[in-house]
Amino acid sequence: MPSPALKSVPSTAKPAGSTQASVVALPVKPAPRPARLQPLLAHAGERLLPPTLVLALILFIWEIACSSPGASLPPPSQVLTDSWELIAHPFYDNGGIDKGLGWHLLASLQRVAVGYAIAAVVGVALGVLVGQSTWAMRGLDPLFQVLRTVPPLAWLPLSLAAFRDGEPSAIFVIFITSVWPVIINTAVGIRNIPADYVNVAKVLRLNGLEYFAKIMIPAAAPYIFTGLRIGVGLSWLAIVAAEMLIGGVGIGFFIWDAWNSSLISDIIVALVYVGLTGFVLDRMVAGVASLVTRGTANS
Amino acid sequence: MTKAYLSIENVGKTFTRGAATTEVLRGVSLDVARGEYVSIIGHSGCGKSTLLNLIAGLTEVTTGGIFLDNAAVQGPGPERAVVFQNHSLLPWLTAYENVKLAVDKVFSGKKSKGERHDWTMRNLELVHMAHAKDKRPAEISGGMKQRIGIARALAMEPKVLLLDEPFGALDALTRAHLQDQVMQIHATLGNTVIMITHDVDEAVLLSDRIVMMTNGPSARIGEVLGVPLERPRHRLELASDPTTIRCRSAVLKFLYERNRFVEAA
Repeated sequence: MPSPALKSVPSTAKPAGSTQASVVALPVKPAPRPARLQPLLAHAGERLLPPTLVLALILFIWEIACSSPGASLPPPSQVLTDSWELIAHPFYDNGGIDKGLGWHLLASLQRVAVGYAIAAVVGVALGVLVGQSTWAMRGLDPLFQVLRTVPPLAWLPLSLAAFRDGEPSAIFVIFITSVWPVIINTAVGIRNIPADYVNVAKVLRLNGLEYFAKIMIPAAAPYIFTGLRIGVGLSWLAIVAAEMLIGGVGIGFFIWDAWNSSLISDIIVALVYVGLTGFVLDRMVAGVASLVTRGTANS
Repeated sequence: MTKAYLSIENVGKTFTRGAATTEVLRGVSLDVARGEYVSIIGHSGCGKSTLLNLIAGLTEVTTGGIFLDNAAVQGPGPERAVVFQNHSLLPWLTAYENVKLAVDKVFSGKKSKGERHDWTMRNLELVHMAHAKDKRPAEISGGMKQRIGIARALAMEPKVLLLDEPFGALDALTRAHLQDQVMQIHATLGNTVIMITHDVDEAVLLSDRIVMMTNGPSARIGEVLGVPLERPRHRLELASDPTTIRCRSAVLKFLYERNRFVEAA
C-alpha cells in the first residue's frame, strides 16, 4: 500500500519502467540548535565572564585614577590614542630599530628559541647523568644548587666578556637561566623511576639504549616537562631584561628605548604583548607535555 | 648426578647496610621438577620475596647457588619471567605494547614481525584480554592489569614462571577468577611455576607442593607439604574434600602454632 507521503510527492518516485521502489524524503528533524548551543554558551559565559568583568573593572579604575591632569601615567584611553600606530601595525619596518612590535617580538622569540633549545637538550642530558649516577650527583649537585641561584642578568657581563657580542650573550643568558629547572627536574624524574620498571627492564635484559628510550625517558617525561615548562617561563623573563642591556632589535630593547623617549604608552602596549607571548609560550609547552605524557599518569 | 630442573642449593642471603648486616635466609634448599607448581608461604618479612628475587636473579645469593636446567642462575633474564605483585605494567604503553615489548626483545631474530604480532595476540588471548589490547593500564581494572602482567611473563616462554603474590592486591572474587585462569594456563602449557603467597586457600588450590618458611631473620624452609589432589581441580568440589581440609589445617598449624608471627601479636 502506498503511503500518503508517496502520493503527495510523486516527483521523488523513480521513473516508470523501473521497479516501484521510490525515494521517500523523510521529514528532516529540526536541529535543536539553540538547545544544544545553550550549555556551550553557558560554559563559555562561566569561564569568560569573570575575567572580562575583572579586566573592565581594572581598566575603569585605571582610567579614573590617571585622568587627573597631574597623573604620571597615561590612562588606557590615552594609551590607545598615543600608541594606535603600534597596535594597528605590528609589522611595519622603517629600517634600523624602528620596526613594529611584531618584529621586536619575533627577534626576542628567536633568541629564546635558540637558547631554550640548547637548554632543553643540555638540561635533559645533564639531568639523566645526575639522575643515573650517584657519583655525578654528588659531584655536580652542589654546583648546580649554587649556580642556579645566580640571577640571570648577573651572567650578562661575563658572557659579554667571553663572547664579545650581544647576540650570543643574550642566548647564553637564556640558556643559563632555563637550564637549571630542566636539569633538576629530569634528575628527580630519573631517580624516581619505580623499581618495578627497572626490574621489568632487567628481566627483559634491555640494553642501555633500549632502557633509555623505552623506560627512562617515558617514565621521567612528566618531570622533564615540568622542568621544561618552568624553563620556558624563566627564559622569557630573562630575555626582556637581557635585551634592555644589549640593545638591537628585541622587545626588551623596545621597552628600554620607549622609556628613554618617554613614550610611556608604548611601554604599556609592549608589556601587554610580553605578557601575552609569555602566556602563549607556557601554554604551548604545557600542550606538548599533555600530548606527549598522556599515558604516563601512573595508576 | 643430574640436578633437578630447578635446584636451589643451600642458599643464604645477607643484606649489608653500613655496619649492620641482616641475615634474611639461611640454608635454603629446594628441588623443583619440570612442570611442577610450587607455592612458598610464610608470614610477611620471612624472606619469601627475597627468595623469589634470588631465583629471578634480581638479587644475588650470598652463599649457595641456584641452578635452572643445569645452568647456574646469574642475573635476571627472560627464562625466569616474573609477575610482580603490583603488575608493574608500563603506563605509557597499551596492553598490547606492554606484551609486545617483551616479545620483541626475547624473540628478536627468532621470529618474524608477523610471528611476533601473532605470538603477542596469542598470549593476550590466553588471559582473555585480547579485547582490551589497545587500552592503557590506567583504563583497565586491577585484575585485568594483572592478567596483562601474566601474559607478558608467559610471552617470554620462561623455563620457570615466578609469581610474586600475584593476586595479593585484588578483591576476593577477581582473585578466584584469576586463580582459575592460572590453573587453566598451567594445565594447558605445563609451566614450571613458583608462586609466593600468604593465602592458605590459594596455596592449597593451586600447588603441587607448598613450601612453608619459618619466621625471619635467618628464615629457612620449615616444612614442605605435598598436595595430593587430582587435577583439574574445582574450587567448589575441593571446599569439602578431606584432603584439602587436611592440607589446609597442616599449613594453618605451621603458620599459627609453630611459627606465630611474634611481632603481629
